[in-house]
Amino acid sequence: MNTVQLLYFARLRDVFGLHSETLTLPEGSAVADLIARLVARGGAFADELGGARVFRVAVNQEMARPDDPIPAGAEVAIFPPVTGG
Amino acid sequence: MARITIRVGPDDFDLGREYAALVADEADSGAVVAFVGRVRDLNLAQHVAVLELEHYPGMTEKALARIAADAAARWPLTAVTVVHRVGPLHPAEQIVLVLTASAHRHAAYDANAFIMDYLKTEAPFWKRESDGNTARWVDARDSDAEAMQRWLPDDAP
Repeated sequence: MNTVQLLYFARLRDVFGLHSETLTLPEGSAVADLIARLVARGGAFADELGGARVFRVAVNQEMARPDDPIPAGAEVAIFPPVTGG
Repeated sequence: MARITIRVGPDDFDLGREYAALVADEADSGAVVAFVGRVRDLNLAQHVAVLELEHYPGMTEKALARIAADAAARWPLTAVTVVHRVGPLHPAEQIVLVLTASAHRHAAYDANAFIMDYLKTEAPFWKRESDGNTARWVDARDSDAEAMQRWLPDDAP
């Protein structure tokens, strides 16, 4: 099992009521596997990550795609589309 | 190699000082373009009293450095400065500064627009605006994604 640090930002942090958490994932898990696990919690996680709403995932501070692997000890951030500038 | 300066923080910036630092001790920059983004007092018909800028410390600086480096790889830039503020900002305050310097103006203009278009779609900043009573997160705009798309090759997916 791999331990990963999850971070939530902006509106997602507010609706989840959570800044960060630590999860253990099976070796070889991809971003999509992590998202499926969070969606299975139901509630706001299912609403935000399991439907038509758009969100972004960064693995070790690089934008990631659903099939990207999550290395052991990774920092994984989940956040809404960005609105800077 | 272009000299790239990236700064993210709560402090305001001074355009004149940043420009002077950008061109100090060098004469190969024949053209410098400056973009300053400011807080408007109206957005989507709502009066904005405070605009709160949140970011992802660490990733933000990396993303901005990557965008500036991509611009420098695409155009013959001599120097780039990107300053982005975070925290609570009020109408008429400055949010973002992009300076691009090159031997000639076209590269400086195009690279400046490229950096802003990518910053708005790739750099992890989020705006929350408040009218003084209620606060709401600002939604990403389709027009920003479209503005970034114009820099992609025509055969990109």
